[in-house]
Amino acid sequence: MADTLRYRDDEPVDHPAVTVDSFLDQSNASAVRIEPGDDARELLPHLDRLALVEVNFPAFGDGRGYSSARILREAGYEGELRAVGDVLVDQLAYMRRCGFDAFEPDQRFDMEDVKSAFERWPEVYQKAADTRTSIWAKRHP
Amino acid sequence: MYKYDQYDQAMVDARVEEFRDQARRRLEGRLTEDQFKPLRLMNGLYLQLHAYMLRVAIPYGTLDSRQMHALADIADKYDRGYGHFTTRQNIQYNWIKLEDAADILADLAKVEMHAIQTSGNCIRNISSDHFAGAAADEVVDPRPYAELLRQWSSFHPEFSYLPRKFKIAVIASEKDRAAMRLHDIGINIVTNDVGEPGAAFYVGGGMGRTPMIAPCINSFVPLDQLVTYAEACLRVYNRHGRRDNKYKARIKILVHELGAEEYTRQVEAEFAHLLDQGVEPPLAELERIKGYFEDPLFETAADSQIDRIDPDFALWIDRNTVAHKADGYVSAVISLKPVGGIPGDATAEQMRLMADLAKDYSFDELRVMHTQNIVLPHVRKADLHALWTALDAAGLGSPNLDTVEDIIACPGLDYCSLANARSIPVAQKISERFAQTGKTATLGELKLKISGCINACGHHHAGHIGILGVDRKGVENYQLLLGGSEAEDVSLAKITGPGFDENGIVDAVETVTTVYERERADGERFLDTYRRIGMNPFKEALYG
Repeated sequence: MADTLRYRDDEPVDHPAVTVDSFLDQSNASAVRIEPGDDARELLPHLDRLALVEVNFPAFGDGRGYSSARILREAGYEGELRAVGDVLVDQLAYMRRCGFDAFEPDQRFDMEDVKSAFERWPEVYQKAADTRTSIWAKRHP
Repeated sequence: MYKYDQYDQAMVDARVEEFRDQARRRLEGRLTEDQFKPLRLMNGLYLQLHAYMLRVAIPYGTLDSRQMHALADIADKYDRGYGHFTTRQNIQYNWIKLEDAADILADLAKVEMHAIQTSGNCIRNISSDHFAGAAADEVVDPRPYAELLRQWSSFHPEFSYLPRKFKIAVIASEKDRAAMRLHDIGINIVTNDVGEPGAAFYVGGGMGRTPMIAPCINSFVPLDQLVTYAEACLRVYNRHGRRDNKYKARIKILVHELGAEEYTRQVEAEFAHLLDQGVEPPLAELERIKGYFEDPLFETAADSQIDRIDPDFALWIDRNTVAHKADGYVSAVISLKPVGGIPGDATAEQMRLMADLAKDYSFDELRVMHTQNIVLPHVRKADLHALWTALDAAGLGSPNLDTVEDIIACPGLDYCSLANARSIPVAQKISERFAQTGKTATLGELKLKISGCINACGHHHAGHIGILGVDRKGVENYQLLLGGSEAEDVSLAKITGPGFDENGIVDAVETVTTVYERERADGERFLDTYRRIGMNPFKEALYG
C-alpha cells in the first residue's frame, strides 16, 4: 500500500481485489480488478457493493482502461478507482480526467514529476469524468 | 481564419512546457526510449532513417502568411532550408535534432501552431476540403466543424492510447476533395429534406495494407450531437479495436470484422448513453467558431476579364485555377510538382514568397492540399497575371494540376525507416518522361500516386494509376495498379500483374497511357476508360 498514490479521504479496502468472473460469482467481495479485455459494464448492476475497482494496465500503451474508468464513473460509481500496473507519470493527468483517483504503478513515481503532471494543464477542452470546467463551458457561461 | 483565444493559447503553451520536460527527462535517462516514444510521437516527432522528423499540424490545411513565414523560418533555423507538405495537409521537416524540438514547438506556439497529435495512436490533425469557403459547390464551409473536432480531440483523456492512429476528415460538398471515405471517420456536412444541416458519418475507411472504403453508418447526425456521436464511435473502437496485432488494429478492421451493422448498433447504444453525459459543447461554441470563417470582403464588381495573350499564362490559368463562389475570383493552385522535383517539397524562400503572395492577392490565406500542393483560395482574376509572373520566376508556376505530373509520393526509402523502395526518384523520372514527350498535355486528368511500401502513405490504392514499391529479394520492385479514386467516385485500384524495376515502371506507366489514348471515347478521363474497358487491354499491352 505504501506505493499507492491516493486522492481520497476514506479508508482503503483491506482485502485484495478479485477477478471480474470471481466477483460476479460471489456476493461478498467489494474489490474487483478489471483486465483490459473485461467489460466494465458487467459490474454496473453491482456498484453499490463495490468499494474498490482496480483497472490493470499490463502495458501502458493499452488504453482500454481509460474507457473502463469513464464507464464506471458515468454510471455513478463513487468508490475508489485505482490504476495499477504499467502506469507512467505522463499518463496521470488524463487518467485523473477519466475518473481514476488512485494509482499503484509498477515503477515508483518521482513526486516532483507527479506534482508537475497534475499542475500542467491550466484548462481542458472536453467534459470528462472529473469536475473540471471545460473551456467550452467557460466560453459560454 | 480561426484565431486562438487565451484558452487555446494556454493549451499550446502548456504543451510546449510538457514536452520540454519530457525531452529533458529522456535526455537525462529517466524515461526509456519505449516510454518516450509515444510522448514524442504525440508531438509529431518521428525517428527516421537519418534523423528525427517533425510533423507540424496545419489544421484542415488552412494557414495565414504569418504562419507560413514561421514555417519558413523553422526550415532555415532548425532544418536544411526546406520542408515537405504532406498528404494530410501538414508539413514535415526531415533533419531535426531532439534537443531543438521543444524550441521549435515554442516558435510554433507564438504563431498559434503546434505539432500536437500529428503522430501516435491518437486522433490526428483533422483534414478538410482545400477549397473550403471558396468552392462554388459546397453546402457550407466545413472548417468550423473541423475546428470544433480539433478542440474536442486535442488532449482527449480517453482516446490518447487508441489501438492505432485515427484520422478524421470533414467535407461539405458532393465533390470529395479530401479522400473522405478513406479515413477512419469521414464526415460530410449535408442538409436534410427540410434544409437543416447535419453530419453524415462514414466510419472504417483507410488505405494502408488493407484498403477499405468507409460505409455510411449514420446519414444524418444533428449538429448539436456531432461531438457526442464522434465520442461514441471512438469509445466503441477504443474498447473493442484489436490490440493483438498492429496490422489489424485500425478501426476499418473492427468495422469489417463486426460488420457495419453491428458496429453501428454498438455506436448507437453508446451514443444513446452519452447523450445524457453532457459531453456535447454548447451550440453557441460552433457559432463562435463560425464567426472566424466568414467570407472575406469580396469585391462585388471584380473584373472577370483575363488577358490570355501569353500562352504559358493561359495554360496555367486553364490548368491551375478553379471556379470560385464569388464572381471575378478563382482559387489558384501553386504546384509543388516541378518536372523532376520532389513532390510536396518547398524551400524556405518559396514558402516566404507564397506567404507574401497570399497576403497581396488572397486575403492573407493559404491552404495545403492533400495532393501536396498549395492553394491561394481567393484570388481576383484581375490579379492572376501578376501572381503567375511572380510564381513562375520562383519555379512555382508548373501548369500541371491533376495531370500525370501532379504525383503524390511518400518520402520512401530516401527518408523513411518503414519503406521498402524509393518513391521520389520514380516520381521524378515519370514527370520528366511525360514532360519530355509532351503527353502531359494530352492525357488530361490523371492522378498518379506512389507509395514506397504497403503502408500506402502515397495513396497508391486511390490512384487512377498507383505504384507500390516492394522489396523483392533485396531489389526494389514496383507494382502497378489501375483504377483507384479518392474522390466522390471512390474506388480501390487493382494490381496489373508482376512488378517492374525502376526504369521498367516508368515504361509501364507510359504503356498504359498509350492504351488509354487508343481506347478513350470523347471526354473520357483515364479512369473512365479503365472502368469501361476493364483491366485486360492494359494487361495485354504490359505483359503481351
